[in-house]
Amino acid sequence: MSDITQTYTPGTHPDMPPPVGQRGIVLWLRTNLFSSWINSLGTLIAIYLLYLIIPPLLDWAVLDAVLNAGSREECRAIASGACWAFIQDRFSILVYGFYPAELRWRVDLSFILLCVALVPVLFDNVPYRKPGLLFSIAYPFVAGWLLLGGMGLEPVGTDEFGGMMLNTVVGVTGIAFSLPLGILLALGRQSHLPIVKSCSVCFIEFIRGVPLITLLFVASTMLNYFLPPGTTFDLLLRVLIMVTLFASAYIAEVVRGGLQAIPKGQYEAADSMGLKYWQSMRLIVLPQALKISIPGIVNTFIGLFKDTTLVLIIGLLDVLGIGKSSLADAQWNGLSNEVYIAIALFFFAACFGMSRYSIYLEGKLDKGYKR
Amino acid sequence: MNTTIADQNIDERSALSKLWTNREARSVILQILTMAALIGFFAFILTNAVANLAAVGKTFSYDFLSTPASYDINQSLIDYTSRDTHLRAGVVGLLNTLLVAICGIVLATVLGFILGVLRLSKNFLLNRISYCFVEFTRNVPVLLHILLIHGILVHSLPHPKVASTEYNFADLFFLSNRGVFAPKPIMEPLFWATIIAFIAGIGFTMWFKGYAKKVQDATGKIYPVFWIGMAAVLGFPIIVYVITGMPINWDVPEFQRFNFSGGMVLLPEFMALWLALSLYTSAFIAEIVRSGILSVSHGQWEAAGALGIKRSRTLNLVIIPQALRVIIPPLTSQYLNLTKNSSLAIAIGYMDVVATIGGISLMQTGKEMETMILVIAIYLVISLIISSFMNWYNKRIKLVER
Repeated sequence: MSDITQTYTPGTHPDMPPPVGQRGIVLWLRTNLFSSWINSLGTLIAIYLLYLIIPPLLDWAVLDAVLNAGSREECRAIASGACWAFIQDRFSILVYGFYPAELRWRVDLSFILLCVALVPVLFDNVPYRKPGLLFSIAYPFVAGWLLLGGMGLEPVGTDEFGGMMLNTVVGVTGIAFSLPLGILLALGRQSHLPIVKSCSVCFIEFIRGVPLITLLFVASTMLNYFLPPGTTFDLLLRVLIMVTLFASAYIAEVVRGGLQAIPKGQYEAADSMGLKYWQSMRLIVLPQALKISIPGIVNTFIGLFKDTTLVLIIGLLDVLGIGKSSLADAQWNGLSNEVYIAIALFFFAACFGMSRYSIYLEGKLDKGYKR
Repeated sequence: MNTTIADQNIDERSALSKLWTNREARSVILQILTMAALIGFFAFILTNAVANLAAVGKTFSYDFLSTPASYDINQSLIDYTSRDTHLRAGVVGLLNTLLVAICGIVLATVLGFILGVLRLSKNFLLNRISYCFVEFTRNVPVLLHILLIHGILVHSLPHPKVASTEYNFADLFFLSNRGVFAPKPIMEPLFWATIIAFIAGIGFTMWFKGYAKKVQDATGKIYPVFWIGMAAVLGFPIIVYVITGMPINWDVPEFQRFNFSGGMVLLPEFMALWLALSLYTSAFIAEIVRSGILSVSHGQWEAAGALGIKRSRTLNLVIIPQALRVIIPPLTSQYLNLTKNSSLAIAIGYMDVVATIGGISLMQTGKEMETMILVIAIYLVISLIISSFMNWYNKRIKLVER
């Protein structure tokens, strides 16, 4: 049995498999985790860190967690981990605020319509895009009618708005109305008229220089002083105005970036066609500039959506405000980690999704412009 | 004749429409209209403000700043009692804002650079950990970070009595739900010698750097500037400190019946705000650093290698200067954001400038207009200072191109 030798004609010998260290999981481990001694040290530190963090977190959030209980004491009696029963108990108020329960279909419907209205804005190869865009422009008013009621629907006061719905309302309204304003400001900043230009610059730099929270304080305490005596209007409306002004400064900077990225030849070509200023902007420059600034606009929206939580400081009950105030409930007190982590997961899911979209878009635009 | 018909055509148009077709005249008209609209708008809101203030019997004056504030502030860098004026309360708040902003900027920069470099590491685990941390941190509102960390500090850390035994680090540091207690340095008069030595060390290093460059330009000899500088800035003051007999006393916190006494305390509010702002901003800085390093093309490494420059010097002389050019402008805006976000202190009761002047002083005096204008002006000034400093720095490190 010892001399089993096989002979091959030259060039027909089958390839030997690579040595163990050069293939499969060993190769992967070698190149990715243990390529040098410093790399190996990093791997060991990382494993130790994960060992410190993951098992206790898993125990707390999943293995020892309680899903069904009536109060904090019941939770603690069952297991020592997270008391998600609290979130379950408060879920509907965290989502809808104090919106009347039998009218919540209106909130759901306006959310579904929001998704419909976003499709033609976000994706450029959908059928019926033109009429879709018209619907997108009309959407804020449709949603306003649905949420506030009136004209055939039962009216709902803005003091009953709250929860995630309030965050979405403030964020979407802010971005929808700040877009036209921001485009005007960006054009103003690029303008050759010195007064128009300096006004735009002053406005943009002023808004970008102060924190949103001071502007919200202005809205809640000072804005009434600047209006004709006797006018009072809704706190939510005042907040929406301030948020719109705030977002418009940031949108203006994003759009300015887009305008500056358009080659000068495009402006000159529009001029040589005999187009007037507004015609050349509307037909030649803005379509190109806006297209490349969409990722920036999405990022601004992510920032604005996160900033909508600040309204809790002036007393509006957004999702964080409701979470924070429900901690005062004697039955459930001391469960701040559960509440804040649940809300954090909600924001993470929403904002991470949007940032993925913006990265996808950047990649797509990059391809179009790369030669 | 043809020309007369054309002339008639032109003459038929009014003077105004003739002006409108003239480019320069039109721009003047447009600007006058803008100016008029602006003045009209300000006149409108100012008259409204005057009428409204008169209607509720208020006047516009900053006299309240010199009246006693009569409220307490739990953390202040300068002496403050409730008998001091609103102005002094505002200064205490401003110092607290600056304290948390500066601490936050330092920690966020360090963390951000570490995370950004780890994001580029070839090590799979470190890379993924950094990615998860960055994505989770920056997609959650900063206010939520502040409240979450504050909640953890207040609810999960023990009472001082338990902390004095269990969360006790070498009898010097104690972690409790009333804050982090640490030894407090008390300087004796001779300590000034050490400070002077430190300043002299910095001065010497700056001079030596210039001298070493001159020598290198003339002869090509390279001095170890970094190590000599370290010796001058750190070593020399330490020697002076030891020679003068270590003139610092440490006031160590001690547990007495209900709470710690002595030492210095970092309140949970400060810790929460500081950590939350730093973590949140470090995630953004990490992305900035990553894209900055990636923006330097690989050819630069190869070109430096072809010129025979050592790898460590390549990093210093070729890669970092080019990466910094991309990193600095967005880094500035992150610093500004951190400073502005520090105004969220009011949500957890850290007494910054918004919480003192714009919060309690406003409530006590009813001067909404004056206090809010003051707060906004303060933030504008801070923003202008940070951005002009960073613009100056940006100009200094800019690569000189043809």
